Amino acid sequence: MMWAAIVLTAVGAYLFKLAGLSIPGAVLEHPLVHRIADLMPVALLSALVAVQVFTDGPELALDARAAGLAVAVVALLLRAPFIVVVLVAALTAGILRML
Amino acid sequence: MTSDATRRTIIRDGVAVGIATGAYGISFGAISVAAGFSVLQTCALSLLVFTGASQFALVGVVASGGAALSGALTALLLSTRNTLYGLRLAPLLAWTGGRRAAAAHLVIDESTAMSVTRESRDEARIGFLATGIAVFALWNLATLGGALAGEALGDPSTYGLDAAVGAAFLALLWPRLRDRDNRLAALLAVALALVLVPVTAAGVPVLAAGLVALGVGLLTSKDVDSTEIPDRDDLPSGGEHE
Repeated sequence: MMWAAIVLTAVGAYLFKLAGLSIPGAVLEHPLVHRIADLMPVALLSALVAVQVFTDGPELALDARAAGLAVAVVALLLRAPFIVVVLVAALTAGILRML
Repeated sequence: MTSDATRRTIIRDGVAVGIATGAYGISFGAISVAAGFSVLQTCALSLLVFTGASQFALVGVVASGGAALSGALTALLLSTRNTLYGLRLAPLLAWTGGRRAAAAHLVIDESTAMSVTRESRDEARIGFLATGIAVFALWNLATLGGALAGEALGDPSTYGLDAAVGAAFLALLWPRLRDRDNRLAALLAVALALVLVPVTAAGVPVLAAGLVALGVGLLTSKDVDSTEIPDRDDLPSGGEHE
């Protein structure tokens, strides 16, 4: 199942890239298409954050991961690089669980 | 013609961008292994999918218990923006046949950003290739390193690696939150996803959030209606919209 998902994603992602280089520009040059394409990563990434941090299986949850996310927000506000943001979030959750 | 000095500068910038993305690659490798993908599968993702946010999405959905197929669909939705990058790149790079087919694999955020600002076709091609190849090499090396490190660490919850996934998504999202409509879309997507989690199969809430992008795009499209009038300065040449 994992391999099927990997192959599907790989083939699909490549075709999306190739389509952009190959099809005539006018077909997708409508402003609304660009607008929705800009919003798509925002909506999906936001939902991924929510599901990743605030759920446990089918239930909502508030635990050490939320504290990790809060620290990540502070790191982002301080303009910390990506790897630092990820590390401080992991460390925060890890340390809270050890207490 | 492009001078040697300009060429060197463009290549150096591309390599710098590649090194910067290495940090993302390490995180991706570690998170992917923590989500249950093997080291080989993790490396296959970086080699074959090669578009960062989509890869994070696939392993993120699987990490939160979703079906691998919902993860793949979420990843594909995220990768549609590469089509729009390709549309902008096509007239600049003007490659055909086998070269175009090979170049397509390198169409990502970074290679596009380092190419569309150039002043000539030659420079655009150098920027695209230097950045694309540097990111590809370092992204894959870093993925392998991160995957091996993640495997050595063991149970992800012990080290808070599971919390790292949410932080990684937030960091990818962060620069886009400066825009007001984007913040609205983000809030609605979070609300919709959390409402759906208890009542739908894992993976569905994230896919459903794609509808928020459609909805907010349609509702705020009045802002862009004015640009649909042809012959405006800010339209690309040949901007036929009907």
